[in-house]
Amino acid sequence: MPLSELANPHRFLRLARVLIPALAVLALVLIGVGLVQGFRAPADYQQGEMVRVMYIHVPSAWIALVAYTLMAIASLGTLVWRHPLADVAAKAAAPIGAAFCLLCLVTGALWGRPMWGAYWVWDPRLTSVLVLFLLYLGVIALWRAIDDPSRAAKAAAILTLVGFINVPIVKFSVEWWTSLHQGASVFRLDGPSIHPSLLQPLLISAAGFAALFFALHLAAMRNEILRRRLRTLGILAAAEAEAR
Amino acid sequence: MDLGPHAGFIVAAYAATAIIVSALVLWVVADYRELERSIAELEARGAKRRSDR
Repeated sequence: MPLSELANPHRFLRLARVLIPALAVLALVLIGVGLVQGFRAPADYQQGEMVRVMYIHVPSAWIALVAYTLMAIASLGTLVWRHPLADVAAKAAAPIGAAFCLLCLVTGALWGRPMWGAYWVWDPRLTSVLVLFLLYLGVIALWRAIDDPSRAAKAAAILTLVGFINVPIVKFSVEWWTSLHQGASVFRLDGPSIHPSLLQPLLISAAGFAALFFALHLAAMRNEILRRRLRTLGILAAAEAEAR
Repeated sequence: MDLGPHAGFIVAAYAATAIIVSALVLWVVADYRELERSIAELEARGAKRRSDR
């Protein structure tokens, strides 16, 4: 289906009604299978049982980056192509991305304490993820600070695009600077360095987190469309009351 | 299942995940219900968009 056909909110709402429950079920199944396999997989030779945190920490981090990337693409859609659902998509993704980013920070701190001896260090990877979280909060605050949705959309889109510079910094921070955080072990030019017994549940769990994110994102987009419909109805009702 | 000497950290990480994801799902669902209720209320009072007339 071309993206332009989704510009019609009625068509989008019909599609969302089918996709949201389907993605939610898929997420439940994949996360369930991923976690069961993850807990049955052997413990890591260095980290022992603490490696179990990987099955929630790593997918959360990936989703936090994917959500911000989606917001950046949607922001281009707002500023360049003026797609009617672009700012709806960007606004809906922000709180969900922020929640996954928070999850990444919290689970990372709980993983860091026994492995590194500290919940937090001002390491390039940790700091850039914290900046990502603050960017999410900034975008959400900007949306809430401006009443007119089209003005808010433009301001939030500019902030989102400026902040997108942080996404490659998060990804490559462990290669560009000396970091306590381990380097990439899945998306590498020479292939994953994780043993398949740990990699498979991680990928299944990540697919489940992705399905969960897209289910929540579609649901939040539907909410945003309804919020705008409510706003329009409210304005029309007020205008009619005044005319009487 | 024996989660070793750091079991508390593993359990806390999964508990935090359950809390944050549940809160997110509840927020989205509650928001949807509230919006549907408010729209239905306005429409019951006769408010209609031009495209719906």
